[in-house]
Amino acid sequence: MAQYAWLIAVLPVLSWLSIATFGRRLRGGGALLGILASGIGFLFSLAVLRQVIVSGPVMISIPWLTVGEMEIEMGIKVDALAAMMLPVVTLVSTLVQLFSVGYMDGDVRYSRYFGTLSFFTFSMLGLVLADNLLLLFMFYELVGLASYLLIGHWYEKPGPAAASIKAFITTRIGDLGLLLGILALFAAAGTFSFDELTHLAEEGAIAKGVLTFAAVALFGGAVGKSAQFPLHVWLPDAMEGPTPVSALIHAATMVAAGVYLVARSFGIFHAAPEAMAVVAYIGGFTAIFAATIAVVASDVKKVMAYSTISQLGYMILALGVGAYAAGLFHLMTHAFFKALLFLGSGSVIHAMHTQEMHQMGGLYSRMKVTAWTFFIGAAALIGIPPLSGFWSKDEILIEAFHSAYPLVYWMAMLTVFLTAFYVTRAVVLTFLGKPRWAAAAAGAGSHGGHGTDASGAHSGAHGTDHHGGHGHNAGHGHGGVGGVVPHESPRVMTIPLIILAVLAATVGLIGSPLLGNPFGKFIAFGGEVHHAEPAPAVMYLSLTLAGAGILLAWLVYGLRIVSRERIILLVRPVYILLKNKYYLDEIYGYAVVGGALKLAQILSAFDQKVVDFLVNLTGWLTVKVSQASAVFDLLVVDGAVNGVAGGMVLGGRGLRRLQTGYVQGYLLAFAGGVALLLVVFTIW
Amino acid sequence: MQIPFLSLVVFVPLVGAVLALLVPRHQERTIKILAIVFTAIPVLLVAWMLTQYDFGTAGIQFEERYSWVPSLGIGYTLGTDGISFPMLIVTALITLIATIASWNISRRVKDYFALLLLLETGMMGVFTALDYILFYLFFEVVLVPMYFLIGIWGGPRREYAAIKFFIYTLLGSVVMLIGIIALYLNSGEPRTFDMLTLAERGGLSFGLQWWLFLAFFIGFAIKVPVFPFHTWLPDAHVEAPTAISVILAGILLKMGTYGILRINLPTFPEAAQSLAPALAFLGVLSMIYGAFVAMWQKDLKKLVAYSSVSHMGYVILGIAALTPVAINGAIYQMVAHGLITGMLFLLVGMIYDRLHTRQISEMSGLYNTLPKIAVILAFASFASLGLPGLAGFIAEFFVFLGAYPVFQTHVIVGVITVVLTAGYMLWMVQRTLMGKERSQFAGTPDAYGWEVAYLVPLMILILLFGIYPATLMNIMNESVLNLVAKVGGI
Repeated sequence: MAQYAWLIAVLPVLSWLSIATFGRRLRGGGALLGILASGIGFLFSLAVLRQVIVSGPVMISIPWLTVGEMEIEMGIKVDALAAMMLPVVTLVSTLVQLFSVGYMDGDVRYSRYFGTLSFFTFSMLGLVLADNLLLLFMFYELVGLASYLLIGHWYEKPGPAAASIKAFITTRIGDLGLLLGILALFAAAGTFSFDELTHLAEEGAIAKGVLTFAAVALFGGAVGKSAQFPLHVWLPDAMEGPTPVSALIHAATMVAAGVYLVARSFGIFHAAPEAMAVVAYIGGFTAIFAATIAVVASDVKKVMAYSTISQLGYMILALGVGAYAAGLFHLMTHAFFKALLFLGSGSVIHAMHTQEMHQMGGLYSRMKVTAWTFFIGAAALIGIPPLSGFWSKDEILIEAFHSAYPLVYWMAMLTVFLTAFYVTRAVVLTFLGKPRWAAAAAGAGSHGGHGTDASGAHSGAHGTDHHGGHGHNAGHGHGGVGGVVPHESPRVMTIPLIILAVLAATVGLIGSPLLGNPFGKFIAFGGEVHHAEPAPAVMYLSLTLAGAGILLAWLVYGLRIVSRERIILLVRPVYILLKNKYYLDEIYGYAVVGGALKLAQILSAFDQKVVDFLVNLTGWLTVKVSQASAVFDLLVVDGAVNGVAGGMVLGGRGLRRLQTGYVQGYLLAFAGGVALLLVVFTIW
Repeated sequence: MQIPFLSLVVFVPLVGAVLALLVPRHQERTIKILAIVFTAIPVLLVAWMLTQYDFGTAGIQFEERYSWVPSLGIGYTLGTDGISFPMLIVTALITLIATIASWNISRRVKDYFALLLLLETGMMGVFTALDYILFYLFFEVVLVPMYFLIGIWGGPRREYAAIKFFIYTLLGSVVMLIGIIALYLNSGEPRTFDMLTLAERGGLSFGLQWWLFLAFFIGFAIKVPVFPFHTWLPDAHVEAPTAISVILAGILLKMGTYGILRINLPTFPEAAQSLAPALAFLGVLSMIYGAFVAMWQKDLKKLVAYSSVSHMGYVILGIAALTPVAINGAIYQMVAHGLITGMLFLLVGMIYDRLHTRQISEMSGLYNTLPKIAVILAFASFASLGLPGLAGFIAEFFVFLGAYPVFQTHVIVGVITVVLTAGYMLWMVQRTLMGKERSQFAGTPDAYGWEVAYLVPLMILILLFGIYPATLMNIMNESVLNLVAKVGGI
């Protein structure tokens, strides 16, 4: 069964090609095809998973290319890691596509949207199945292409267009690292295969320095794709894409590809402790760094985006401290609860036509299914037992506690408090309290979907509200924020929410110590089951911090006992710093983008004014010299070359003379010249 | 009797040119159809040769050897191997497509197509000639039709561009001619212009090798073009009519890198080893410099022209590394760049025909205005920026992979080009294809069926060479291994 696992990736190829070929002519624009492809893929994935559990991993490969004296094979590796990822990817993909049927209803490029989703699903599955670094790299860039296309789905608007290119370029900067890592490893080991590389690294057959360089370089790829500091800046902007896309690509699956990459090449990292330290610190720092920004974000999707960056930081730091299974466990639970939260946000946006939480409030009574599922997702994200996020995060915290990096542990621990705070804040602002959307009606036009406070500090390029972009507006006939009548979303959207909510609530149990952590035993790296000593103190501390975060947010936003304005006033510089995302976009825009463009401008001028000038000067001087040396020469040496040389100065006049001549004449002259040459040789 | 495939491939277009000259001037349609037929025949011939091609040998195949001027040791020697055969495929295909794309030429039709056919004879000759004099002849034959094609059918500054192209490349080939003569006189008895014999014979002193390498390299570097010899290229491209730009970028530039592979490496191996680091430096410099300058271009065609400088830099880096993997990558890049950049120039031409502008700033929203052209342009842009699954990625990857063990620093710096290329290509896509459509372009006709028909084969090949590179790599691998064994690596 598992040897046919590649079929899971082929199914979405078929639906992608069908949609690309027939497009709108398909019934329902091809949505059904895409859903079926990933849905059947999901069922197949479960069968594969079962087989891998029962009878172990499967690998197959075929010859691909002979270059020089080496033969390169391409193949799939269906081990526990891949078998765990397959159902996650296919299930979330299926649910997101189902949700999109409602969300994207009436969109101008409905078919293209579903076609691209199928293409993404294919690329992501290919990435998961790849048995070597080269194949993984290829799919790594292809998921980037899918992401680019979907972020830019509404390419007429400047926001999505700019966000799409930013995402592609930023992640490609990371991919440079991945590429260099592959080159270094191949130069040292002569293979791309994960198994062989792991083997050689463990044997010590690869020099230590090379291994460390390669591991850090590979990690660069993960930093880009998994939006880790300092390459995280593309992910918040990627929210310009349709919200279901954010759920699938920018929360559950593609952004986890970086984590997957580190896990896949864990053998290399394992043998390079210095690189592991880099991984741990970057992950830990990203976790807390992104969480601080999420605390002040007022756009519900942006909160979720920074939350995703922060949670990816947890996964990365887990791998960095050697907690292989824990990091991957969090990858899985996060995929479900974050997809749920994004789709929930989508449901809200669908109803409200705004993403500004300050223009929401009180939606609980209007959309109960969305609200309840959102609560479950939020609780899972905060880590309230016994929901899934609690088990996975708790495991990471315990492992970090036992690790050699206390700083990383404390960063992870403090993030728990921040997470609880911003999640509660989002829940309260969106669903609870009094509705602010009636009040927002009057002012909606003037501040165009932007934050109500400090909006002057925002970079103007980032418009947030693209709801006009999805054609749903026209169908329902309600315009901007002012005329909103919030309503529960159709069943095609709420059913995926309910399914994800059930998973977000329960899936953590498979990794919980209560059931003996079957997940950890299955996913163990190198077959060594890792037993972290239980540390109840860690759990109590994290629960306390989570409770404190919830309480504080409740006091500020729910009961409004603590004045939000007073706090902002109190910590104004910090607030502005956070609100502007530490000014990193501005710094990059100035230093990196601006620098590159400045250099491009200088080099272009250099090309024109120096290089080309020298060429023209040489030509001019040659002509002058020849003119001065002997007019005689000019008169005697007739034919093409001379006409051309004269033409350099005489310009059009010379050429007119050439044009009236016949081509054959010049060829004749040319042939005559060669003949003359031959004669000269003969005499010689 | 053995079919003289190569002579046919070289001279069938010339026959076509002569026939075209015999057709009355006003029968334009006849001339056009004739030109298409006579550029299609080489495609069929090359396809036929492919079925007979021996993938397992490194040696010369389809060899034709006749004595020409025996007293001087000049021979009419044609042959192909894994280094030139990929170029024959590209030349045949691109020339046919360029001929079809010239359908709308309306001025001096007869002269245009006769010159185009003559040009193909020259190019095919360069890639098949195995005698220095023959090679030089064909190398020069290419110049003349190119000069007129740019100078007569070009844009507003066509005269300047044509002359610059002509003089510049002529200068290079004159230096090369001196090299040929010096090589001939210093290679011992019996004197011969036979490339293979001279490469086998060896025995040149290091100092002489060094100077000869340089003489040939200057001739070829101008053609490639390598920084700082590249400034003729943007002018020639911008002024040349679309089909000629396609041939220029798709085929002509490869004559330079082909020459280095065919002549410089096997004939002057010790000089090649000693100059390899300089070559690698020039390669990386061209890659990065070309990319930065491309980024700043306001004219779509100039952007593509400078991207050629950057992409040909990969070829130079690959050649310089002198490893089988890198040289395979370099030849692969010659093919990939021929297909991809050919496509880009075709698309730029199609856009110019419709919008009458090439200024990036004057375009917007072409995804909506010209959906087919825009989607294919996006495809070509991604191919150009080296997206995996497309031919350019394979080429770039193997150049890097093969060069890394030899020139680690060069590669680490060179990979930055990958980001820069993505930058200028996607920025171009953002400014031209994305955004709101402009009302003045409303109602512009999208790509016609016949235009799509000649673009699709290119897309299929780019995909095929990107997904299953063995199709192309198997042709060249044995010959490359042989070449590297001859040079000996660094």
